[in-house]
Amino acid sequence: MSKLTSTQIAWRAAQDIADGAYVNLGIGFPEMVAKFQPPGRQAIFHTENGILGFGEAPAAGSEDWDLINAGKKAVTIKPGTAFFHHADSFAMVRGGHLDVAILGAYEVAETGDLANWSTGPKGVPAVGGAMDLVHGAKRVAVITDHVTKDGKPKLVKTCTLPLTGVGCVTRVYTSLAVVDVQDGRFVLREKLAALSFDELQSMTGATLYIDGDVADLTVPEL
Amino acid sequence: MDKTLPDLAAAVAGIEDGMTVMIGGFGGSGAPIELVHALIDRFLATGHPKNLTVVNNNAGNGHVGLAALIEQGMVAKLICSFPRSADPRVFTDAYLAGKIELELVPQGTLAERIRAGGAGIPAFYTPTSFGTDLAKGKPVEEFEGRAYVQERWLKADYALVKADRGDTLGNLTYRMAARNFGPLMCMAARTAIVQVSALVEPGSIDPETVVTPGIFVQGIVQVANPAQEEDLNRANARYPEDAA
Repeated sequence: MSKLTSTQIAWRAAQDIADGAYVNLGIGFPEMVAKFQPPGRQAIFHTENGILGFGEAPAAGSEDWDLINAGKKAVTIKPGTAFFHHADSFAMVRGGHLDVAILGAYEVAETGDLANWSTGPKGVPAVGGAMDLVHGAKRVAVITDHVTKDGKPKLVKTCTLPLTGVGCVTRVYTSLAVVDVQDGRFVLREKLAALSFDELQSMTGATLYIDGDVADLTVPEL
Repeated sequence: MDKTLPDLAAAVAGIEDGMTVMIGGFGGSGAPIELVHALIDRFLATGHPKNLTVVNNNAGNGHVGLAALIEQGMVAKLICSFPRSADPRVFTDAYLAGKIELELVPQGTLAERIRAGGAGIPAFYTPTSFGTDLAKGKPVEEFEGRAYVQERWLKADYALVKADRGDTLGNLTYRMAARNFGPLMCMAARTAIVQVSALVEPGSIDPETVVTPGIFVQGIVQVANPAQEEDLNRANARYPEDAA
């Protein structure tokens, strides 16, 4: 069965970011969203460790290790960059000042609950800024494969893994579909044209509702 | 008044067994490597301080800085948000062996707890962690129809912080994203010790650009060309250098 690549999911999520939006991208896979801003639009990216409006990674060898993002990767400054301390940074997060946060997920529940920080009690627990980021941004979007590597649904009725936040996710971009979380249920907005509704439902762990048109999920080859 | 300390050894001389020490930095950026290494030197020479509670965003990387402090067995408890790094083995081994206690705090809550400690606010409410394992046992209250978790201030005996420029009164500027927890930790510690790349006379820093006002700083020491943790790790450095 054909599905979107991670790059294509990131591309699709980028199309919904408005010009001038303040955006936090979770570390790892969500960072790719920055590469696909539509022409003519410029988002301003926030990183937890105290930078707004940072630029791309520098060339290897010209890193400045006082200039890193939340993933500890070197970034650059560009006209309009601002620095601030950690309490101000999380005031931006919790205070409702960010327009969009885009995160990865292990599971998303139809209630908008998100599990993305822990796979259980083994090993060393680490949370970072994940629990803060899910509160405060006007939109909290998730990008993820539709199912796990073993084929289990990641969109579920109730999360089984430790929660990052309760009722926080507003939209999910998956490898097969775009789904909104609305009034405690999943509402299907887009799906791959080659996939029937019933096939998609069979790979989803909670009921998919239809409320208005379901568009084809179309993404360029990337 | 002059808050200048003669050297790194003098800067860390007052840290005693069992104290809570906030260490600035986010990963390597802003990590006061030289102050931390001076603390290790003191421990190697005298056996003190030990049983420290350390507050930092992370848990060290490689075998330098905070990781080296943990490797020496000086840290009994770590309060942090993200005890992972490119090379987290020192903390991971100590934690899995039950040699170090971990209090895991969401990053924004950690920052705000430190800020609150410095601002005289004993507790506050945050939406962060509501309904999760990290809110267990904490009071919850509803405001405007939404649930919030009560979190308490975090204070320290000492803060070890890296800044860029500082004057002899303790007014500080930072360098780019190395600022991170520094201004908060200076506020929250009874004694904030700061290493600066350039120690200057009062009047040399434009008052408009001061980030940490000197009232929050008790001691300042110049380290002209501070090491970057990332550079040390790329060179596979260890501290002390002859450590196996």
